[in-house]
Amino acid sequence: MKNIFNYIERESPIHELTGATKLICLVLFSVGGMITFDTRYVACLAIIALLLFRISKIRLNEVSILLKFTLFFMVFNNLVLFVFSPQYGVEIYGTKHVLFGSGRFTVTAEQLFYHLNQMLKCLAMVPIVLLFVCTTNPSEFASSLNKVGVPYSVSYSVALALRYIPDIQLEYHDISRAQQARGIEMSKKENLIKRLKAAAEILIPLILSSMDRIETVSNAMELRGFGKNKKRTWYTANRFRAADIAAIVFCILLVAGAVAHNTLNGGRFWNPFTAG
Amino acid sequence: MKKFSVKTIVAIGIGAALFFVLGRFVAIPSPIPNTNISSQYGLLAFMAAVFGPLAGFLIGLIGHALIDFSWGGSFGGIWWSWVIASAVCGLIMGLASKKLDLSGGRFNGKDIVRFNVTQIIANIICWGGIAPALDVLIYHEPTEKLVAQGLMAGIGNIVTTAIIGTLLCLAYAKSRPQKGSLEEEKDA
Repeated sequence: MKNIFNYIERESPIHELTGATKLICLVLFSVGGMITFDTRYVACLAIIALLLFRISKIRLNEVSILLKFTLFFMVFNNLVLFVFSPQYGVEIYGTKHVLFGSGRFTVTAEQLFYHLNQMLKCLAMVPIVLLFVCTTNPSEFASSLNKVGVPYSVSYSVALALRYIPDIQLEYHDISRAQQARGIEMSKKENLIKRLKAAAEILIPLILSSMDRIETVSNAMELRGFGKNKKRTWYTANRFRAADIAAIVFCILLVAGAVAHNTLNGGRFWNPFTAG
Repeated sequence: MKKFSVKTIVAIGIGAALFFVLGRFVAIPSPIPNTNISSQYGLLAFMAAVFGPLAGFLIGLIGHALIDFSWGGSFGGIWWSWVIASAVCGLIMGLASKKLDLSGGRFNGKDIVRFNVTQIIANIICWGGIAPALDVLIYHEPTEKLVAQGLMAGIGNIVTTAIIGTLLCLAYAKSRPQKGSLEEEKDA
């Protein structure tokens, strides 16, 4: 449970980028992937994301559990999408090419194309987030936030959260075991209201002790003069290098590409059905 | 922006850590198969009621984003729409804090109603409005699906917060020294 954020230490060009760069690139890449549904563009993003994954030297078997979740999510989400509105693709693309079936669940080429788009998006977004968490040291994360313009008080809150997650997790397990030994029941054997009350039996001691912790930590910080100066330095901060700037410029170009596609297509979707 | 007090900064950090642990590791089975109750929203309502709307906003934002990051984005990346909805939920729940005095040890019947009305409004706005609206904008999924998703989450969160959140407030208020509980002894 030590490594909940899946950080994998390794020597690679991606690991060497500063946390701030990776954060900016992640945001830009996500924006690029969010604003357009142009299939060709999203496919390119997916390929770039997979290439970057290769460069980072993270092996697939190191993240295989997470990828299984992705596969499950993709299948499940697309099934739900289809069940809820099987004709959504027709609505978006404005044409109807029936492949087979009839009635409400008629399968159309448009609908399948829409599903293809959604899956490609998933393939573009998942590797890039995974890449970010695998190659960014969590302790550097807070200082990166500060570097990209988040006030240092808020960045410090993030640092505190990361610092106290393992402690609170341990404390939760202790309290939960102790209360279970006293006979509280949270499984399906009890009805919902009783289950929730049982959860509160565990959460109350956990949160009351956390309130004391807040008191102790804030007193300690106050005594050391936290928040006195306008700026603060970070133990884990790194300097920007040429590679960082190159990476950011590349991601800005990606976003520009997405905007260009949207204007050229006259909308967020690329429509192969009317173009030909 | 108003400068945060050190205590608020720490409360945000530890609140987000609690939100994370509850959301990531605490699994209470719900009546719907394969879905768990999100007890973290009861905590969010409580923290917002004690530390105010801005703290609530940041606890929701940081806590939820960290949960998504810890899954490595394996559920289709970071769901920014839901992260923002969690944050706004904390913000609205925190609006009740002005009329409440939990640190002063007061949480009477009127306060319980106030706390719960606020949390219900917050949940309706966030899961019935903000989350699906942003989802339509970002992911272009059919509105019916997104509204159904949001409603399920919203109703679940209202029930959880009503029970866990209220119990937390009661326990915390009881643990605080009551205002005016000390009396000056007059010498005879």
